[in-house]
Amino acid sequence: MNGIALLILIIPAAVFLFIGLSGRSLKAGYAGKIGTAGAVAGALFSYILAYRYFFVLEKIDGIYRKIVAFPVEWLNFTDDLHIDFGIYLTPISVMMLAVITTVSCMVHIFSIEYMRGEKGFQRYYAFLSLFSFSMLGLVVATNIFQMYMFWELVGVSSYLLIGFYYSKPEAVAAAKKAFIITRFADLGFLVGILILSYHARTFDFETLTSDGVLTTLKSGAAGSFIGISAISWAMALIFIGGAGKSAMFPLHVWLPDAMEGPTPVSALIHAATMVVAGVYMLAVLFPVYSVVTPAVLTVIAYIGTFTALFAAIVAIAQTDIKRVLAFSTISQIAYMMTALGVSGFAGNGQGYAASMFHLFTHAFFKALLFLCAGAIIHAIHSNEMGKMGNLRKYMPVTHIAFLVACLSISGIPPFSGFFSKDEILTAVFNKDKLLFFTLLFVAGLTAFYMFRLYYRIFTGAKREYQHIPHEAPKLMLFPLTVLAILTCVSGFIRFDSFMDVNAAHEHLNIPIAVAGVVFALAGIITARFLYRNGNEIPAKITGKYAGLYKIVFQKFYIDELWIFFTKNIVFSLISKPVAWFDKKIIDGVIIDGFGRMTEKTSRYIRNFQSGQIQFYAFVFLFGTLFIAVWALLSTVNH
Amino acid sequence: MIPIEHYLIISSVMFFAGIYGFLTRKNLLALLISVELILNSVEINFSVFNRYLYPERMEGMFFSLFGIAISAAETAIAIAIIINVYRTMQNIDVRHIDVMKH
Repeated sequence: MNGIALLILIIPAAVFLFIGLSGRSLKAGYAGKIGTAGAVAGALFSYILAYRYFFVLEKIDGIYRKIVAFPVEWLNFTDDLHIDFGIYLTPISVMMLAVITTVSCMVHIFSIEYMRGEKGFQRYYAFLSLFSFSMLGLVVATNIFQMYMFWELVGVSSYLLIGFYYSKPEAVAAAKKAFIITRFADLGFLVGILILSYHARTFDFETLTSDGVLTTLKSGAAGSFIGISAISWAMALIFIGGAGKSAMFPLHVWLPDAMEGPTPVSALIHAATMVVAGVYMLAVLFPVYSVVTPAVLTVIAYIGTFTALFAAIVAIAQTDIKRVLAFSTISQIAYMMTALGVSGFAGNGQGYAASMFHLFTHAFFKALLFLCAGAIIHAIHSNEMGKMGNLRKYMPVTHIAFLVACLSISGIPPFSGFFSKDEILTAVFNKDKLLFFTLLFVAGLTAFYMFRLYYRIFTGAKREYQHIPHEAPKLMLFPLTVLAILTCVSGFIRFDSFMDVNAAHEHLNIPIAVAGVVFALAGIITARFLYRNGNEIPAKITGKYAGLYKIVFQKFYIDELWIFFTKNIVFSLISKPVAWFDKKIIDGVIIDGFGRMTEKTSRYIRNFQSGQIQFYAFVFLFGTLFIAVWALLSTVNH
Repeated sequence: MIPIEHYLIISSVMFFAGIYGFLTRKNLLALLISVELILNSVEINFSVFNRYLYPERMEGMFFSLFGIAISAAETAIAIAIIINVYRTMQNIDVRHIDVMKH
C-alpha cells in the first residue's frame, strides 16, 4: 500500500521531467498521450490506495489508522530541529489523493482536444504534471515544513500555468498577481510555522496534534504579544497563508484574474488544487486550532462568511463566464472555511466533516463547470455572456452537464452540492445564527447567479452565429460525462463515516435542508424570470441602480484598493526610503566610498612603478645597503 | 706574492664602477657592459679568496669558470634582446623602454 502511495507521487513527477526535458523533440501528440497516461495511471493507483485504505486495512477502535510511509530524515540540524520527508496517509489525505488525481486526469483528457495545435503544447502538459505533483505532495506531507515546500511548488506551477500564454500581457500580469499575492500571504505562513514549531518543538503533524503537545501549547507557556498569546499569533499567521491560497477576502483578488490561463487549468486550480490547499492545511492543523486557539477559529468563520457573501454579490454582476465561476469558487471555498471555523472537537465536530465533504463534492462540480465553460469557449471563441445564447440547441451534452453542475452548486437535491451544503448549514446553525442566515442568503444568491449564467448561455432568442457553434468533440465530452455522473452520485457517499471525528452526526437536518432548497429555488426562479429568453427587465434594473451596479461590476474596487495600497503606501512609504537608503548609503557611501578610496590610493602608488629600470636598481641597491647597515649596527650594539 | 688587498681594491673599484655605470648610463649596451664589470669583479673575488684561504682546494676557481660561462650566455641573450628592442623601437635608450608599464 505504501508503494502505491509513492507511485502516485512519482508518476506525475516523472512525467513532468520526461516531457519537460524532451521539450520540442517530443511530438505534441505524444506529449499529450504520455501526460494523460500518467494522469490516468495516477487516478487508478489512487483508487486502489483508497480502496485498500478504507476497506482492507484494519481499523483501530473504529478509527482509520494514520500511516507514515517512507519516513526520511532530510535535513538534520539538531536533535530537536530536523526536517523530514514522508507520505502521511490519513482519511482526508487519501480522499484528497483520489479527488486530485480524478480531476487532474479529467483535465488531462479534456486538454488534448482543447489545447490541440496550441503553441507550447508539450510545455503545457509538463506544467500540468508538475502542478498535480506539487498538490499531491502537499496533501501527503508528514510535517508542516514539507507542506510548506510543496505549497510553494503549487504557487510556482500555478504561476507557470496562469502565464501560459506568455505573449499576452494580461496573462503575464495575472500570473504575477497570483504569485505575488500568494507569496505575500505565504510570508505569514512561514512566520507562523516558525513560531508554532518553536513552541511545539516539532514540525511533525502527528506529534503536533498529539495530546501532550496540545496541552503544552494550551498551557500558555509560550508567552504573549500585544495581549494575544504567541500561539494565537502563529495560528492566525498560518491562516493568512491559507487565506492567500484559498482566496479569502481581501486576498482573493488574484483568483478572478487567474482565468487568463487556459480554461482546463482554471478547472484544476479551482477544483482540486491550489485553492483547496488552504482549506486542507487548516483541516490538517485543525486539532491545534480547535483545542489551543478557538478564538482564531471564530475569526476564520467570520472571514469565511463575509467572503462568501461578498463573492456571491460580485458574481451577480459579472459578464465574463469564467469570472462568474471564479467568484463562485471564492464563495464556495468560503463555505468550507466557515464550516471549519464553526467546528470544534468539543461537542460539535460536524463542521470539520462538512467542510471536507463540501471540498470533495465541490471539486467535481466545479471542475465540471469549468470544463463546460471550456467547451463553450472552444465553440464560441469568447468568454463574454453577451456573445452567447440559445446554445442548448447546438451543444446538448454540454448543456445537460452544465445544468447538473448548476443544480449541484445551487444545492438542489439529489445532487451532491445539496448534501454537503446542508451539512455545512447545519453545523453553522448549531453554532452561530447570524452566520447561518448569511450563508442561507448566499445559497440563494449562488443559485441566482449560477442560473443567470445558465439561462444567458443556453437559452435566449435565436441568435445568428457567424460560425455555427458545434458540440465539443468526444474526447472533451468524456470528462464532462464522468464528472457529471460523479456530481450526481458523490453526495450519497456516507462521507462522515470515513472521517475520524468522534461526533454524533445528524443525517440530513430536514428543516434546514428545506430552508436551503427554498432559498435556492427562489434564486433559480428569479433568475429564470429575469434572464430566460433574454427580456428587457435586467437592463432596466441595472439602469435604475446604475451606480450600485457599477460598484458591484467593478468588484467593489478591491483591486483598485490593493493598487492604491501597494503604490501609495508600500511603494512610496516603505520601498522608496529603503531604495534611497540602499542607493545613497549602502551604495553611495559604503560601496562607492571604498571603491574611490582604493582608486585614489592606487593612483598615488602607481607613481612608484615608473618603468625606469635604473630607478628600480637604485632603490634596490640603497634598500640593500640600508638593511645591511642596519643589520651591522644591531649586531654591534648587542 | 701580491698581497690580497691589491686584488680586493681592484675588484671593489670594478664593482662600484659597474654599479655606477648601471645606474647612470642610458645606452642598453653600456648597461650590459656594467653588469659584466660587476660579474667579473665578483669572479676575481672568488678566485682570490680561494687562492689565499684554501690554496689546496679549487672550488672558488671552478665557481669563477661557471660564472664566466653563464655571463657569456647571458650576454648572448641580452644582446639578442637588445637587437630586437632596437628593431621594434629604433632606440636602445633605457629611459624610453618603459612600454611594459602601460
